[in-house]
Amino acid sequence: MSALTSTTSTNPVYARVPSEPRPRFRDLCRMEWIKVASLRSTWLVLLAAALATVFINLNGVHSDLQYLDRDLAHPVQTMPDGHVWHFVYDPLRRALSEIAVQLMMLGGAAIGALTMFGEFSTGQIRTTFAAVPRRDGVVAAKITVLCAITTTLALVVTLISFLGGQAMVADRHVGLSITDPDAQIAIAAYTLVVPVSALIGMLFGALIRNATASIVGVVAFLFLIPAFFGGDKYRWVAEIRHLFPGNAESNLAEWPHNPYMDPGKWPTSHLHSWLVLAGWVVVSIGAALFVVKKRDA
Amino acid sequence: MIELTELTKRYGDKTAVDHLTVTVRSGTVTGFLGPNGSGKSTTLRMILGLNAPASGAVTIDGRPFAALPRGLRHVGALLDAQDIHGGRSAVAHLKSLAVSNRIPLRRVGEVLEEVGLAEAGRKRIGGYSLGMKQRLGIAGALLGDPPVLLFDEPLNGLDPEGVRWVREMLQRLAREGRTVFVSSHLMSEMEHTAERLVVIGRGKLIADETVVDFARRGSQATVLVRAPEADALTAVLTADGASVGPAADGGLSVVGLTAARIGELAWHNNIMLAELATQNASLEKAFMELTADAVEYAAGETR
Repeated sequence: MSALTSTTSTNPVYARVPSEPRPRFRDLCRMEWIKVASLRSTWLVLLAAALATVFINLNGVHSDLQYLDRDLAHPVQTMPDGHVWHFVYDPLRRALSEIAVQLMMLGGAAIGALTMFGEFSTGQIRTTFAAVPRRDGVVAAKITVLCAITTTLALVVTLISFLGGQAMVADRHVGLSITDPDAQIAIAAYTLVVPVSALIGMLFGALIRNATASIVGVVAFLFLIPAFFGGDKYRWVAEIRHLFPGNAESNLAEWPHNPYMDPGKWPTSHLHSWLVLAGWVVVSIGAALFVVKKRDA
Repeated sequence: MIELTELTKRYGDKTAVDHLTVTVRSGTVTGFLGPNGSGKSTTLRMILGLNAPASGAVTIDGRPFAALPRGLRHVGALLDAQDIHGGRSAVAHLKSLAVSNRIPLRRVGEVLEEVGLAEAGRKRIGGYSLGMKQRLGIAGALLGDPPVLLFDEPLNGLDPEGVRWVREMLQRLAREGRTVFVSSHLMSEMEHTAERLVVIGRGKLIADETVVDFARRGSQATVLVRAPEADALTAVLTADGASVGPAADGGLSVVGLTAARIGELAWHNNIMLAELATQNASLEKAFMELTADAVEYAAGETR
């Protein structure tokens, strides 16, 4: 006992530290959760995107109703050119519309970018890394919280859109059940593209570190650049197009039994689209970890 | 204890920190002085592993800080009061830091109370004055009750009351046996705060010694004397080895003797003194003289 006392008294500095509790990953997740939850802007962006998405989808189905009854009354029509037209209602095109999911993708990407540029542009990141010197833990916690929030919100939005849309057309017997495999694939893709976009946004935020430039960058990447790869003239153009997360989502969420949907000259498989989404997850996480660890804070 | 060994940082071809070898001891306040742009902040960031050195090493209590899983119980740091997201409240900010290090949440209230922000704690940090942000930064540094504390220009933006409070706090922390390393570009801020000084210029070490030793390096202290019989006094002082020059309003500026010795000589020679004062600028002067060659951004410099 006396030996112990004498060693601690020669170095009083060390005496203070040993009672440190074991570090846990969930503490870092709690830190990131408090950071996200205490910023009003985060919730405003997410809520606005979610409400707008649900509104667009339900309103889309609602405006279908007036044509639906007319077309159901005359399901087979002969066109003036002699072509026979069979009416088929696509139960997913409006309920899980492409334009609405792009809003959710935008919201997710903005939040993802914000988790990084919000720290780097303010200098907060130095305070964070002084508290948690091991940077990969911080990035991992950010990813966990970001994916949890965006996936949950996207799933709620997707389910409301899907179930609400199908309920509106249920008495016309053209809706899809949630037990339908096509519906489940669509719901999964419509949900998961949002956290994927959020992770891509996070990568842009970590790379660029500036608010405006990060947002412009990720918007250009998700929505503008894919537009340059339209058309069916060249196969390689179509193949590049299939690599963007938005295109992967629409390929998966499309109702495969719509006879009037043109898949294009070079369609892609569901597996390919899932791999594209998974690929962006891996690339975003890997690259974000790399740049955050390598560069000076 | 903080140990810097040949620590070097380059930004392109500019060497910000140049082979710095310094040991910052525990139990005293060590001032870290240098003109603007001399590499103080870069050095502090390297100590915390925020910036990677080009070469050399730095350890805190024998370990590199960046290898620690959690930092707040080891080192408390205030690098820049602005290094904080303005959208949160002080309470949310400190809570996020506390939970990451498993520090009990009651510490948040305690440190806010200690720095005088208990009432403003729920308000958005964006609306804080610079002085309030400094106090919040200090609160964050104290959160984990760490044995090592780093402060980068903690007195910026504080009112005289705040300056006095920070000084007393720094000295109290040092008395408790902690390592306290405080940077400043103003000697006047450090002379009543620090016991030891580490002075750098253009990234190079200029001095690493006690404040008393440092003061001796500069020109000798000047003593201002005023006496009705100025000529007689001049003769007496010159005879004792002082160099005496004219000062403003007919006073004498004496170099080479202490105020006590001048008073003694005047007494023995029956010369009445109207004023006797030591010019207290020697430390500032020593700092200016030593860093003059190393000032990075001097005003009026011809390029």
